[in-house]
Amino acid sequence: MSNMIDQLVEREYAFGFHSDLDTEVAPKGLSEDVVRLISAKKNEPEWLLEWRLGAFRHFLTLEEPTWPNLQHPPIDYQDMHYWAAPKPKPQLSSLDEVDPEVRATFDKLGISLDEQKRLSGVAVDAIFDSVSVVTTFKETLAEAGVIFCSFSEAVREHPDLVRKYLGSVVGYRDNFFAALNSAVFSDGSFCFIPAGVQCPMELSTYFRINAAQTGQFERTLIVAEEGASVSYLEGCTAPMRDENQLHAAVVELIALDDASIKYSTVQNWYPGDADGKGGIYNFVTKRGRCAGARSKISWTQIETGSAITWKYPSVILQGDDSVGEFYSVAVTTNHQQADTGTKMIHIGRNTRSTILSKGISAGQAQNTYRGLVKILRSATGARNHTRCDSLLIGPTCGAHTFPYVEVKNDTAQVEHEASTSKISEDQLFYCRQRGLSEEDASTMIVNGFCREVFDELPMEYAVEAQALMRVSLEGAVG
Amino acid sequence: MLHIANLHVSVADQTILDGLDLDVPSGEVHAIMGPNGSGKTTLSNVLSGRDGYHITGTVTFDGVDLLPLTPEDRASAGVFLAFQHPVEIPGVGNMYFLRTAVNSVRAHRGLPELGAGEFLGVAKEHMARLAMDPAFLSRSVNAGFSGGEKKRNEILQMSLLEPRLAILDETDSGLDIDALRVVAQGIERLRSPDRSMLIITHHTQLLDDVRPDRVHVLQGGRIVRSGGPELAHELEAAGYENLPSEVSV
Repeated sequence: MSNMIDQLVEREYAFGFHSDLDTEVAPKGLSEDVVRLISAKKNEPEWLLEWRLGAFRHFLTLEEPTWPNLQHPPIDYQDMHYWAAPKPKPQLSSLDEVDPEVRATFDKLGISLDEQKRLSGVAVDAIFDSVSVVTTFKETLAEAGVIFCSFSEAVREHPDLVRKYLGSVVGYRDNFFAALNSAVFSDGSFCFIPAGVQCPMELSTYFRINAAQTGQFERTLIVAEEGASVSYLEGCTAPMRDENQLHAAVVELIALDDASIKYSTVQNWYPGDADGKGGIYNFVTKRGRCAGARSKISWTQIETGSAITWKYPSVILQGDDSVGEFYSVAVTTNHQQADTGTKMIHIGRNTRSTILSKGISAGQAQNTYRGLVKILRSATGARNHTRCDSLLIGPTCGAHTFPYVEVKNDTAQVEHEASTSKISEDQLFYCRQRGLSEEDASTMIVNGFCREVFDELPMEYAVEAQALMRVSLEGAVG
Repeated sequence: MLHIANLHVSVADQTILDGLDLDVPSGEVHAIMGPNGSGKTTLSNVLSGRDGYHITGTVTFDGVDLLPLTPEDRASAGVFLAFQHPVEIPGVGNMYFLRTAVNSVRAHRGLPELGAGEFLGVAKEHMARLAMDPAFLSRSVNAGFSGGEKKRNEILQMSLLEPRLAILDETDSGLDIDALRVVAQGIERLRSPDRSMLIITHHTQLLDDVRPDRVHVLQGGRIVRSGGPELAHELEAAGYENLPSEVSV
C-alpha cells in the first residue's frame, strides 16, 4: 500500500508544458497606475475605469482573509505582474489569425478551436494569459440571439448590458479577492441568453495561464433572461513552475424568471510538485442570483488542481420557488489544500437548495468543506438538503467539514448528512480477487464515490472527469 | 489440481491453520466442514491471496506456487473466491464491474475483450439461469442487495469468470430454501473435468444438492477426518464434538 502512495506522490502533471510566446506584460506591482494602464490597454470607457478605481481604493482598505483552513507563505501582491498578453494582441476576425503557437498550445491540451473539426457542438472561448484569443461558433449562436464573447468585446459591443449586470451579484466590496479582481481583471467571458431562448449548444471557456510571475484575473458574467437556459463549462490548466501563481477570478450568474443556468467547472490548474513547491493559488468568487421566480442555478465542480483552492460557488435564492444546486468533487493529493464549499441564501418563498460535496484526500493534503445555508425570515417553506462525504486515502491526509446553518423562518426544513470513509481493504481485495489491479480497483472505487456528482456533468465532460480522476489519483490506494 | 502441504498460518502470533494437508484433483468437488473458528475463512483468504497472514508450507495449483502471487494474478490463473460477505461498492455499476473483471481475466488468458453489447448478452443468459432480474446489472455492486441476492451475484460472477479453482466460502449461509436450490444448481452446472471446487460450509443441506466427491473435517487448524459424501451426514448426526476421530497415520 505505501509504495502505491509513493507512486501517487510522484505523479506527473500532464499539462505542465509552457509555450514560447512573445508576451507583453505590465510592470510588476499593483498601483493606481497599473489599474489605469490595464484599462487604457483595453480602451475601456470612463465608467469602467472609475469602477476599477473604486474597487482598487476599496481593496487598499482590506486585509487578506485568515479564516480559511489554509496555510501558505504571505503573498507579495507587489511582486507579480497584473497583466500579460500574447503579442501582438490582434483584433481577430478569423481563426487563421490566431498565433500558431497559441493554437498549438490548445491543440496540445485537446481543445480544438477549429469550428469545422468540432463535431461535438460546443462553443469555446479560449483565454490565454489575460486575453481571450478566440471564440468559436459565434455566428451560429448569434442566429439564436445568444451573445457569447470575450469580456473585453462585451464591454465594447454591449456596454449597456455589461454596465447593468457587472458587480450586481459580486460587488467589489464583497471580499478581498473580489476587490482585487475588480480592480485589475483582464478579460473573461460574457454570455447573454435572451428571453425564451434555449442556448443551442454547450458553451465553454478554456483558461490557460502561460506567462511566468503573472496573476490571472478574469471575470465571467452570464445572464439568462426570462425562460432562457444555458449550460456552460470552464476548464483550466497552467504550466509547471516553481513559484506560486495567483489566480483570482470572479464569476457572476443572473437568472431571471423561469431561467436556468448550469455551470460546470473542471479545474486542473498546476497543483505544485510532490514537495509542495509551486502551483496555482486559486482564490475565486463565484455566485449566482436566482433573481426571478422559478429560476434555477446549478453549480457542478470537479476540482483536482491548484496548490490552494479557496472557492465557494453560491446561490442567492431571491425569486419564489427558485432552486439552487451545488455538486462538488474536490481532490487533493501531495501538499494540496482545498477549502471549498458553497453558500445557499434563501430569500424567496419555497426556495429549494441541494448540496452534495465529495472530498477526496491523499498524501499530505488537507480538504475542507465549508458551507453556509442561510434561511431568511422571508423564505417561508424553504428547504435544503446537504450531504458531505469525505474519502481518505492513506494515513497522512485530512478531511474537515464546517457546515454553518442559520435559520430565521421556522417553516424551513434543513437536513445535513456527513460521512468520512476510507477505501476499505475489503473493497480492494474483492476487486483484486476478480482480477483487477490494485490501481484499477482504487480508481473504480473512487469514481464510484464521485458518481452522483459526475452524473450532473454534461455527458462528454463526465468521461473527461473520470479520466482526470485517474490521472490525479494515479497510484493512490487506501 | 490444488495441492496443499503442511500449511501453517498465523495472525499476530495466533495460530489458525496448523499443518493442513489437502489435495483437490481436477474435476473433483470437495467440501470442507468445520465448527466456527476452525479456520475455514482463513483457508479461503490464504488461497486467494489476502494479505495480513504469516504463512509457511506449500500451496500449488497445477504445479504453480500460488503463495508469492498477488490476488489479481491468482484470479488470472483461474482462482475464484465466492465471498462469505460480498462487499458493497457504491456508485460502481454491477455490469461495469463484471465486465471489467471478465475482461481483466480474459486479457490474461490471451482472449479478446468482450464489448459492452456482447457481454450484456452473455451476462443475461447466465442471469436467467440463476433467476436474477436483469435490473441487477444497473445497480451498484452489491449495494442494497439482500443476502440471497449477494450470493447469487457471487455465483453469477463465478459462472462468467469460468475459474479453474473455485472456492465457495459459506455461500449457503443465510439462504432460504429456494435461493439455496438456485445456488446449488449454479454450482452443479459449473462442475467440469478441468475445474476443482472447494465448498466450505457448516451445513449439510447444500451437500444434498451438490454431491461432493470428498468431505473433509477441519478442526483446530488441520484436517482431522476425510471421507466420502456420507461423512457429511455422519457429522450432522453426531456433531463435531462427538465425531469419532480417525486414527491418524
